[in-house]
Order: sequence, then structure tokens, then C-alpha cells
Amino acid sequence: MTESPPPVVEMRGISLAFPGVKALQDVDFRLFPGEVHALMGENGAGKSTLIKTLTGVHRPDAGQVVLAGEDVAFSSPGEAQHAGISTVYQEVNLCANLTVAENILLGREPRRLGGIDFPAMRRRAAEVLARIGVHIDPASSLSEHPIAVQQLVAIARAIAVDCSVLVLDEPTSSLDAGEVAELFRIMRVLRDEGVAILFVSHFLDQVYEISDRMTVLRNGTLVGEHLTADVDRRSLIAQMIGRDLGTLEAIEDAAEKRRPGGPALVRAEGLGKRGAIEPFDLDIRAGEVVGLAGLLGSGRTELARLLFGADRADSGRLLVDGAPLRLRGPRSAIAAGIAFSSEDRKGEGLVADLSIRDNLVLAMQAARGWTRPLPRRTKDHLVEKYLKALDIRPANPDALVRTLSGGNQQKVLLARWLVTEPRLLILDEPTRGIDIGAKAQIQQLVTTLAAEGTAILFISAELEEVVRIADRIVVLRDRRKIAELDGAVTGVDEVVELIAGGAAPEKVVS
Amino acid sequence: MKNRLLWPLLALVALLLLNLAVTPSFFALRMQDGHLYGGLVDVLKNGAPTLLIALGMTLVIATRGIDLSVGAVAAIAGAVTCVHIGTSGSAATAFAGMALALVLCAVLGLWNGFLVAGLGIQPIIATLVLMTAGRGVAMLVTEGQIVTVNNTAYRQVGAGFVVLPVSILIALLVLGLVAFATRRTALGMLIEAVGVNPEASRLAGVRSRTIIWTVYVFAAVCAGIAGLMISSNVSAADANNAGLWIEMDAILAVVIGGTSLAGGRYSLTGTLIGALIIQTLTTTVYTIGVAPEVTLVFKAIVVIAVCLVQAPKARAALSFRKVAVPS
Repeated sequence: MTESPPPVVEMRGISLAFPGVKALQDVDFRLFPGEVHALMGENGAGKSTLIKTLTGVHRPDAGQVVLAGEDVAFSSPGEAQHAGISTVYQEVNLCANLTVAENILLGREPRRLGGIDFPAMRRRAAEVLARIGVHIDPASSLSEHPIAVQQLVAIARAIAVDCSVLVLDEPTSSLDAGEVAELFRIMRVLRDEGVAILFVSHFLDQVYEISDRMTVLRNGTLVGEHLTADVDRRSLIAQMIGRDLGTLEAIEDAAEKRRPGGPALVRAEGLGKRGAIEPFDLDIRAGEVVGLAGLLGSGRTELARLLFGADRADSGRLLVDGAPLRLRGPRSAIAAGIAFSSEDRKGEGLVADLSIRDNLVLAMQAARGWTRPLPRRTKDHLVEKYLKALDIRPANPDALVRTLSGGNQQKVLLARWLVTEPRLLILDEPTRGIDIGAKAQIQQLVTTLAAEGTAILFISAELEEVVRIADRIVVLRDRRKIAELDGAVTGVDEVVELIAGGAAPEKVVS
Repeated sequence: MKNRLLWPLLALVALLLLNLAVTPSFFALRMQDGHLYGGLVDVLKNGAPTLLIALGMTLVIATRGIDLSVGAVAAIAGAVTCVHIGTSGSAATAFAGMALALVLCAVLGLWNGFLVAGLGIQPIIATLVLMTAGRGVAMLVTEGQIVTVNNTAYRQVGAGFVVLPVSILIALLVLGLVAFATRRTALGMLIEAVGVNPEASRLAGVRSRTIIWTVYVFAAVCAGIAGLMISSNVSAADANNAGLWIEMDAILAVVIGGTSLAGGRYSLTGTLIGALIIQTLTTTVYTIGVAPEVTLVFKAIVVIAVCLVQAPKARAALSFRKVAVPS
């Protein structure tokens, strides 16, 4: 992009401290009209804080924010929005019990005769939705829609007003490939209209595909600002984490060395649930990593939930060690040594207002029952062990989980299950929305656990990750298991082709 | 934790000092026939039923619930016991009547738990059913009359003394038991987990339903004991007025004590302080001679003040540390 127009946003010397943490230190940031600007950094690097400083959620302790040549100090997100800065945050921040149209136009409803003009509201909402190619009924309740659609509604809400700056904090983390492509198309349209777009994503492919310029943060300080074309991935990652990619390669080697055999630890025979996933057969052996690949909505999570008893199957049966197991709920699965780490960390995983310690021991304590509390010393020992083993920060057992970054929250959730020493660990999107350093640590952990004999069912939207980690890959499409591939000899392209609907025959590993 | 209780504690102290200023002998304690009397003892004694009910309410609120039926349950407990005792003066009959009443209360708690945990009805609606119907049940039991009894054993519960009034001892005993049962076992942590995030707790293997069920039964039993105290104190069962609006006082006590209505973290100590504030307030109204027609307004003002000083926003507005950064 040309350098000629003055930046629409300029932040100079921004510093911000929270109790005990210097979140931002003397950070400069520029955003030009008509560009997509990627904000890069690990979790906890200060990306979200910088965004929230721009959008009026936080006030900087020092430094100034200049918007279109004028000094501004927003004291609320509303003021920032009024000044033309629209934001879509990482977590969907909408009202689930309102309709889609109400969510899109909340606070700026078209009015007539002192009341809300609902027909006009639905029309306007439909227009905005059509602009981003989402065809849902504006009068339907938001909660009826899956999380991916809710995310698109959040984006529709952001672009429903004329904005000069659009901030997208991890907008793609719950979107599948098609939806991402659609989002990028919209982003390009808006960019060409002169909107400055600030984009945060952990998917490097996406960053390279869409962004024109990037700013890299590490530990709350500015590392550099580059044109995307000027910096290759390796040096970008090095800037973000200050480490090389050796760890990632080591994981790949480990996956190739493992060749687990033996009888199935967990076997599903015709297990299925109407409307969720068609009956499927699946064997998972001890020490094996089975990857689940498929688009969002292909039944990945649904399959996992059946294995864990989170939902009840209406056909087929589950065998553990060859003996049938009737799952009446998560408790019976846990008792059989099955653990399930949900993709929805906030909603189904962690108990945000409790401490790291309480979250870590929750599953084990629940299994013991309330009358047999874990002795304080055992608890402290476990907590200390896993804080260290998983490098959870802050290493303060009393810190509320709510205050941790995404990657650290994920590690706490993982640790909760590791404490129970599961025989089968189901990981649903364990690396989504977390930084590359934590991601590598979690992948490393998966291979280590498998080497120690734990069976792992690994679900991820990132096919590269699934292919790299898994010994066997189960491919799902349209709520049906369509193939089972040998992880060692399968490439991403082959999986993509199956997912995309190439009429590939059922292929089973011997 | 400590900090959270600071403001309610200050409010309590301020109220007590106000009483002292008006009635110089307010803090005085005297022994008479082995019984302890004094203004502070009165506050504790009269506050015992509210404290008991607030304890049950604390755990219910911690699971994101609320129990509006406690007042009605208290009335039923008194009614059942008094009707069972009838004209009998024997201690055995009194104890049998009380046991019968408490078992019945536990059953009513099971009913609430069934509606909330079993059927998934919103707690405020589910317990509203019993709040309304419960008084009717109490009326049926007493056949619409105020049933008076003359039973020394029964009278001990609400009006007896073992140095201190028995009702205070009972309330403190229950407080101690709850504190022990929730903090020395894992129950407290599991209750909080269920309150903060029921689905995550279920997926972590917590028996969320059982826990919710348990707290409603506990709340009903607490209400039952409180009902026995109220009825025993006057040796009568008044289906219409016993424990009337006590659920509101109990909810207030819990909230003043710093437990959020949104569920999750709770504080039993906070509830104790909250209940004492509510009761001291009632006492204060009498001692400083607030006109009866403005009594409720006076109470409301104090409650609002206590709630405000706990609200982060109001506190930020009051403090001068945070000066706006000029642009």
C-alpha cells in the first residue's frame, strides 16, 4: 500500500499497567486507511490490551491516541464506536436471547412514532447480512445459530455503521475455510472502500493471505512494524517468540516413530445420534493419536461428545477394553478413564471465577465425591507439578482463571484432565486461538502422553496440525465418517480432497 | 476476601454505635438467674431466624438459584409442630412434632430441588410456587386458626436459655456445621463451580443436579428450624404472618454479605454480618424512635447505602485516587 495518506490511527508511546503486570510499555502503532493491518504476537503479548486501548475499554497510563489527526481519549467503547471505530472481539459478545436483527442494530434501531420500527429493522439487518453473504432469518433468535454464524452476525453488527476503522480480534477462530474466504472477500471490499482494518489471528496462513502490513508485539513491547511482503514466516515467528521452530520439527519426528498396535482400548460400534452424527465405527488403541479432520459442523465435536457421554447415543455401543460400557453421562466416562477437553473453553471447560488450583483439581475432586476432599498437601503437590510441567503463567495457584490468557487457560483445562490420569484423552480444538509457543507446547505434550501409553483423540480445524500429529486420521463430512487414513503417509492435500467431497472410496488402515 | 467484608462490617459497627449513642446502656450485659441479657443479646436472638434462613439462602444463591419459599416453609414448620403438640405438655410430643416438621420441610426442599434441578425450571419461578402455595398448606394444617400451645419443652427452642438464648446457640451451631461441611470437605468448591459454570462442571464430572438438589433441601430445613424458633417464641402458629417476608430479609443479608446473585463465590461470614445488619437495623428503628410510617424507608436507605459502598463503580466515584487523564 502507498505511504502517502496520513495514518487514520496513530498511537504513540502507549503504556498501560494492570496490578502486577505491565501490559503495554511505550508501544507505537500506526494504521493507514485502506489497509489490512495484522497485529501479531503470542498470547499475553498485549494485542488485546492494545486493541482495547484503541477502542476505549482501557485508558492508557501514558501516551496518546490520534484519530484522523485529532487527539482523542475515549472513556468508553461507545465513544470510540461513535468516532468510527467498530470492533468485533475474540469472544462473541452478543445477546443470545435477542433476534439476529436486534443484535445487529442494537442501540441504533430504526424508529418510527417513538417506537422501534421492526419491519425496517429486519430489512436493514437483512441488507447487512446479504452484504457479507449470510442468509439467515433476521427475525430468528441468535441462540438458534451455531457459534460460527453468531460470529458473522457480530461482524455484520460492526459493519452496519459507517466505520473508518474496523477491528477484528480473532474473527476467524470459529470459522471454517469457506466462511474464512467469505470474510476475507468482505474485508477486501471494505479495505478498497478505504476502511482501515486491524486484524488479529493466530493463523499465519490467513495473516499472509489478507494483511498488507503487520505490527509485532512481544511481552507488551513493540518489536517492529513491517510490510507483510517484507518478512517471511520464519523471521516473523522468531520475532514473536524469540525461538526457532526446532520444537515443531521434533514433534513431527516423534509422530513418525510411533507405531502402536494391540487391541482397541476404546471401540465404538455403530455409535450414533440422530441429527448429530451418523452411526460410526472407531477403534482407538493405547498410545495412539487419532486425528479427527473435517469442516466445522461435520460432526467432529458431536462424535467426541458421544464417546464422552456428554450427549447420549441413540444407536450402537461403546466398548472399553472389549467390555460394553453404558455411558449415562460424563461421570461414567470419567470413571472409565475417558477425559474430554471441550473446544468451548469458556462455556464448557473452565470455571472462570475459581482459582487455577480449584480448576485443576475439579475433575479429580468430582470423581472422589464431596465427602473425600483432596488433602491440601496432595492438592498443592499436583498444582505445583502441573503449573511447572505445562509452564502455566502466572504460576500462582490462587489466580482466578478468568484473568489468564487463552493459551494458559487451555493449559489449565488440559492439566485438569491430566490430573485424573486418563486412558483416553479427547482434545477438541486444544490449540485454537492460542499462540504459537503454547501451541507447540501442547502438541509436544500430546506426543509425550501418547508415548507414555495414553490414547488420544485429537480434533483440530488446522489440517496441517492433524496430519503432523496423528497416527491415524478419521475424516468426517456432513456428520458422517467418510474415511480413515494412515497419518504417516497422508498429506494435507489428500485430506482436503476428501473433505471437499471428492468421491474417494472408503479407505481403512490395516 | 477480608477486604470484601470490610464495608459491611463498618456498617454494622456504625449501626451499633448509633444505638449506643441513643441508648447508653445498649452494650451493657447483665446476668440474671444464669441468663444473659442485654441489647446485643437481643439483636442476636431476634436475628437468629433470619440468620438461619440466610445461611440456606447463601448456598442456594451460590448455585445461581434463589429460594422464595423459605417464609412459607417456616410457617408450615410452625403449624405442623403446634398442631401435632395440640394440648399436650410432654417433651416427647414436642420433639416428635418438631422432627415431623423438619422431615416435612426436607420433603418440601426436595420438591423445590425437583423443580429446579430435575425439571430445569428457573429457580425464582419454581420456588414462587411453594411461596404462594405454602401459606395455603399452613392454613390447611391450622384450619385457618392461630394455634396456641402450652408446652415447656417446645418453648425452649425460641425462648429458652442456656446462659445464652437457645435460639442463638442453635443458629451458631448450624453456622458452624455449614462452615465445616462446606469448607472442610469439597462441597463448597463444588457448589461454587456449579454456580459459576454448570455445564463445565457437569463435563468435569460434578454431580451438578445432586448438589443443586442438596442446597434446596438444606435451605428448606434451615427455614424449618427458623419456623420452629418463630413459633416457639410466641408458643403459637400463625399461618398468615409467621416468617412473612423473611425471604426478602434473608436475600438482603446474603447480598449485603457480598455473595453475588449471579452465583459462584459465597461468604458465610458475610452472610452472618449481613443478617446482623438487618436485625440491628430493625432494632435501631425502635430504639431511635423512627416513626412507624417511615420505618421501611429508613431501612431501605441503609440497605442502599451498604450496597452502594460495595459496588465497584460507586466506590470508584467516591475515591479520589483515580483522576481522569485529560486529553
